[in-house]
Amino acid sequence: MKKVLLIITVVLSSISFAQNKNAKARMEVDGVCGMCKARIEKAAIRAKGVKSAVWNVDTHVLKLIYDERKTDLKSIAQKLADAGHDTRAIKATDEAYEAIHPCCKYRSKDVIEAREGEKKKSDNKN
Amino acid sequence: MKTYIIIFLIFFTLFASAQEQLTGIVLEANGTNQSPLPGANVYWLGSSVGGITNEDGTFSIPYKFSYEKLVISYVGFKTDTISVAENRYIKHVLQPADELDTVTLTSRKNATSRSYLKATNTLFVSSDELLKAACCNLSESFETNPSIDVNFADAVTGNKQIKMLGLNSPYVLIATENIPAVRGASQAHGLSFIPGTWVESIQITKGAGSVVNGFESIAGQINAELVKPATDDRLFVNAYGSLNGRLELNTHFNQKISDKWNTGIYVHGNVRNQKFDRNDDSFLDVPLKEQINVMNRWQYTNGEKGIVSFISLRYLNENVQSGQIDFNPSRDRGTTNFWGSEIDTDRFEVMTKLGYVNPEIPHQSLGLQSAFSYHNQVSYFGLNAYNIKHNSFYSNLVYNSIISDSRHKIKTGVSFTYDQYDELVNTTDFERIENSVGAFFEYAYDDLDKVTLTAGVRADLHNRLGFFITPRLHVRYTPWEKSAFRASVGRGKRSANIFAENQNLFSSSRQINILNSGGKIYGLNPEIAWNYGLSYLQGFNLFNRKADVTFDFYRTEFQNQVVVDWENPFEINFYNLEGESYANSFQVEFNYNAFEGFDLRTAYKYYDIKTDYNSGKLEKPLIPKNRLFANAAYETKEQDNGSQWKFDVTYNWVDAQRFPSTELSSPEFQLDEFSPTVGTINFQITKVFSPSFELYLGGENVTDVRQTNPIISSDNPFGSNFDSNFVYGPIFGSMYYAGLRYRIQ
Repeated sequence: MKKVLLIITVVLSSISFAQNKNAKARMEVDGVCGMCKARIEKAAIRAKGVKSAVWNVDTHVLKLIYDERKTDLKSIAQKLADAGHDTRAIKATDEAYEAIHPCCKYRSKDVIEAREGEKKKSDNKN
Repeated sequence: MKTYIIIFLIFFTLFASAQEQLTGIVLEANGTNQSPLPGANVYWLGSSVGGITNEDGTFSIPYKFSYEKLVISYVGFKTDTISVAENRYIKHVLQPADELDTVTLTSRKNATSRSYLKATNTLFVSSDELLKAACCNLSESFETNPSIDVNFADAVTGNKQIKMLGLNSPYVLIATENIPAVRGASQAHGLSFIPGTWVESIQITKGAGSVVNGFESIAGQINAELVKPATDDRLFVNAYGSLNGRLELNTHFNQKISDKWNTGIYVHGNVRNQKFDRNDDSFLDVPLKEQINVMNRWQYTNGEKGIVSFISLRYLNENVQSGQIDFNPSRDRGTTNFWGSEIDTDRFEVMTKLGYVNPEIPHQSLGLQSAFSYHNQVSYFGLNAYNIKHNSFYSNLVYNSIISDSRHKIKTGVSFTYDQYDELVNTTDFERIENSVGAFFEYAYDDLDKVTLTAGVRADLHNRLGFFITPRLHVRYTPWEKSAFRASVGRGKRSANIFAENQNLFSSSRQINILNSGGKIYGLNPEIAWNYGLSYLQGFNLFNRKADVTFDFYRTEFQNQVVVDWENPFEINFYNLEGESYANSFQVEFNYNAFEGFDLRTAYKYYDIKTDYNSGKLEKPLIPKNRLFANAAYETKEQDNGSQWKFDVTYNWVDAQRFPSTELSSPEFQLDEFSPTVGTINFQITKVFSPSFELYLGGENVTDVRQTNPIISSDNPFGSNFDSNFVYGPIFGSMYYAGLRYRIQ
């Protein structure tokens, strides 16, 4: 009986963990401009198992389609960090960040202030 | 001990979750759809209590009665604060922030643009560019574009033929929405059957092109996207009148039927009933014409299921009368009183497109296109009669996907075509059926950086052309910034519709001969050609303004061709090529945005087109070796109320053109070996009053350049020397027009 239960549990869990060939995910990736878009998408698509990567300049959201059997979000985030872009999971090293083009410096004060201003403005509106 | 801790922990979590929780879901507005937004911040205003949404957009955060306002934020979306009066399930949609509080750089979109990234040498022509030449149909849409050469209207039908890489339109695949449209019976006049206002944009691809649209294209592909009911103006009216007696009216009505259905009715009518004979050769300078052209399109869009579908119905009727000014069709037809010609065309088309994009996996899509057309032309040219009936069916199924990731895209599918021709040439009947089934595969690689490549191959089984393979390859390489080197090679094969394509030959006293070589199309073998191309595009800044220069070199080599031989003034001979036939073309184009609102486009073109005729190797007749093109466009800044002025001037210069040999004619009918050179200037001024109303005024050939004797032996049109095909320049002279556009969006 125990064995049966065990088997059922194993089967069930393997079903619920069945890995998706076309898993969809989105993650926030920090960046500023069209150049960032090219760099982010390139870094993501070159990660093994990533099938499609589209980054939105305005929302900073990277939409991914990837093969769960070959990769996971963490390793994709690592690739993005290697390319110099922060995600929630992994921050880019200073070396990687410094290597990106000056117009892409999303950590700079001006960019952060501009975003805060935008946030306040929309907060006030509500 | 361990067990106690576990039990304790379990109790603790149970206890913690027993605390009141607020649950809900955050969605993102995605056009008309909504999708869950994971990672959004949800917190109580003025507190540090909150959390982020899960993968599926749901959240669960602690709730206390004292909390009133919930803040939902996400970078790039408008932050929303909502009042929560009681603990209930929250469903909230975040809107993307459309105004970012940063400096936005504006860049005016060019009316035409060349891609730096595509593998093919493709030029995009937007509707803005199409407005520059206000009149009137697709054949006249290329006047401001150096990649396409528009010939001077021929003396009898008044239609303008286009050429690309020095080859005329049968060698260029002309499609509407990727369905081959100007072919078969409509080859000669088909461009004038597509009203300019129906065209949303045009893509011009030089060189072999894609295998997806068939095997017929040789020199290039022109695709016209038509206006779509869901995006076109709700009401559009365009009226046009010119001093050469041409009146046109275009109206579009578009209506939303339901969430998913849109429909549009597009009506075009043009008429010219005034007779002109400015050069006193007793022949009309421009033909009399009446055309009614109606299209009804239905568009179905279902974003959730990823389905887009179009159904288009079209009917066209056109009557053209030309010839001598005193010719009266009912009295003089079939007699030698006066020379005259009439072309009556009826055409009916049904076109359907069905596209499915997998909503789960957007890079997988499936498209099915089909088109049926019935074309019936009844015509006579003096004592020559020519009728053609053409029923055509085309269908193409295309599957798009990727291999491993989106850098490797594939297109594959199958196509089926059926063409039934029934022609009467004077007293001889020509009937034939052509059908083909084919399969194609196209692979596109993009390294997202320096290289893109499109390699395609198709295999077709054709009842008259046999079984054959059509390979095509396009490569783009960008070694440094703002550059693009392109190379292409490809093969094309087609059956020549010798009469339909060369209808103008009937407006002469020439005797028609087909020098039979035992082939399957009028006794002739199909045409086969290879096209090779090299192109280099470089963008740069000149005095801090954008500029670019393009060098194009293309060579088309015919392995087999149906030679149209006019070199004997009393005959026209069709025969298969023996020897070589090639077309080399070289083009330099320079574009410069010299100052705000001012664009300059200049081009120089060189053509070397030679064919081995039975009488020896000769330059192709009536093609200038050298051409110059210049276009200047200026528009004032758009005012707040939308008002604006637009100015546009185009200069064209064509070198001397070789006349087909007239050596055998008696001396009074002999022509020089070459024509004079011709330079013409067109201009247009548009005053935009508001986004809904504009007026335009323009002039063609304002310096009044004219070919004085376009028709040989015009005083004896039934004599053996009569010929109206030696047109190298404008017949009518200067012409002015005005029109208006009114739209409700």
